[in-house]
Amino acid sequence: MSTSTIAAPRAATEGARAADASAPALEVAGVSLAFGGVTALTGVDLKVAEGEIFSVIGPNGAGKSSLINVVSGLYRPNAGCVLIGRKSFAAVPAAALASLGVARTFQNLALFNGLDVAGNVAMGLAHQDRTGLFGQIVGSPGARAEEARSLVTEILAFIELTAIADRAPGTLPYGVRKRVELARALVSRPKLLLLDEPMAGMNAAEKADMVRFVRAARDRWGATVVLIEHDIGVVMEISDRIAVLDHGRKIADGAPAEVRDDKGVIDAYLGVAHDDDEIPLELAGAA
Amino acid sequence: MADVAFRLAAPSRRLTSGAVAGALVLASAYLLPPLVGSTYLFEAILLPFLALSLAGLGLNLLTGYAGQLSLGSAAFMAVGAYAAFNFDLRVPGLPFVGSLILGGLSAAAVGLAFGLPSLRLRGFYLAVSTLAAQFFVQWALNKFDWFSNGSASGVVRAPDIVLAGHVIDGPVERYLFALTVVVAATLFAVRLANSQTGRNFIAVRDNETAARIVGVPVLRTKLVAFAVSSFIIGVAGALWSFAYLRTIEPAGFNLDRSFQILFIVIIGGLASIRGAFFGAALIVVLPLALSRLGQAAFGGAFDSGVLELSQRVLLGALIIAFLIAEPKGLVALADRARARALRPFLKPPYGG
Repeated sequence: MSTSTIAAPRAATEGARAADASAPALEVAGVSLAFGGVTALTGVDLKVAEGEIFSVIGPNGAGKSSLINVVSGLYRPNAGCVLIGRKSFAAVPAAALASLGVARTFQNLALFNGLDVAGNVAMGLAHQDRTGLFGQIVGSPGARAEEARSLVTEILAFIELTAIADRAPGTLPYGVRKRVELARALVSRPKLLLLDEPMAGMNAAEKADMVRFVRAARDRWGATVVLIEHDIGVVMEISDRIAVLDHGRKIADGAPAEVRDDKGVIDAYLGVAHDDDEIPLELAGAA
Repeated sequence: MADVAFRLAAPSRRLTSGAVAGALVLASAYLLPPLVGSTYLFEAILLPFLALSLAGLGLNLLTGYAGQLSLGSAAFMAVGAYAAFNFDLRVPGLPFVGSLILGGLSAAAVGLAFGLPSLRLRGFYLAVSTLAAQFFVQWALNKFDWFSNGSASGVVRAPDIVLAGHVIDGPVERYLFALTVVVAATLFAVRLANSQTGRNFIAVRDNETAARIVGVPVLRTKLVAFAVSSFIIGVAGALWSFAYLRTIEPAGFNLDRSFQILFIVIIGGLASIRGAFFGAALIVVLPLALSRLGQAAFGGAFDSGVLELSQRVLLGALIIAFLIAEPKGLVALADRARARALRPFLKPPYGG
């Protein structure tokens, strides 16, 4: 395991991106994270190419969510850096994440229950609003509001939520709420989409829908997708590449077939006792 | 009405029926009381109702919409009242409406300062820190008699409200003036609640982390909530002093008042514009109704001490009942009652 702690340039210029089209959409370099004495991540390196669907798998507690939280700026890593596009960060600024073209969903739903479904999805565009308070009170909704409305309408139709656009999220089934969160992430047309267990708790039909939406996020809207998922069947089906974490370290990284046959991966899964209902490797080919 | 977040396809029916209802309420508020009302109605019911409704409206933006609990409402009312008094007194030629707005802005500035802890504190801890505003403002008003133009007790007679050379005189005119201010502030609040800022309030309240991730400027949103809320509460304080009591005194803006406004918001309905009005109506009418009932039932035995006590007991019981049975307050009860009444006439909302 190469723990290359790169002293990266602070903020590379935006213009450099065009020159190098093959730059990874996301790069995680030597990221370590510890909470007090508990180590969550140790020297994790990842490179996600533009337009990839990249899955991160691993047993419970392997550090998958921690990794996503580092990439989205909720955790500040103790070492290493994160490159989004060509910009390098020792700690990603969460408040500027949306402006960087990154959107995410949460493992536990993080919807705004006081807003209806359409309102939640529209919040995905909150970072674009530059109207001052006075203008919002006095002015009439301008061209930008119209544009936002049509983006929301389009994404609601695509994620098949139009019929429930004015429902409160709290009144919807779990699987549908997961879709609302995906719509909120997709509405801003992110370059990088981070999905933390988007299919957890879904039945087979709902999972199949979600797979369709995730593929479309890439194929139709050009997002690079980083996906955490426990359902190995789904992961094998959907991913271009897979990284496997165990106890905070990356133990494998490659195409689905390579990862599936990796001895270390099999050991990591079978060697760790699970008390939950997921028996990941059995489900290959499902969904 | 204000609960509408982002009307997508069919804004028409709900919005127009809301507008019609609003226009009806407005028309009757302007026309009915001057026609039929007694002085008692204005002085004991309508004027305190308007001032408290406005204060509740302001607190509801902060606590109901933006989720920031505050126990300093009465302090911001006091700042609004005393600042309006001083602007009126010390700036010659300033129209009263100018003093009123500057009073509100002063309250907003103080609210902003006491809102700074919200950047680090939440919930119970924030509520306790807003108590500091309550004690500090009352202390300052008693300590420095400059605020009350040299009055040792801090109590001053409110100057007349003068609009374009016309002295607003008598309960009816004061009522119409207060009503106009409340209507303007309510329109402002409705616009705000339906703006991006209003949705940011709700997002910060419901899930601060998710709000940050989608690019809501969380810290700025909280401070805007404190400033706007304190502005409205400050104007409410000025109305309370100038239009209702006709005197300005620090004791009227004590912690009890802060709690009263919080109860108005809880009983009326959090995160609802109408809630503040429903809650204020109940708070104002309850003691009067209780007094009448008590007199009728027990005669002389129901004196002011018993009234005070029974009023507190009943209010406490009501708050507990609402928190348990209907946290969304009177607004939710009213909406349910209306839905039940209208059900035979309407098609089901989600077309079969």
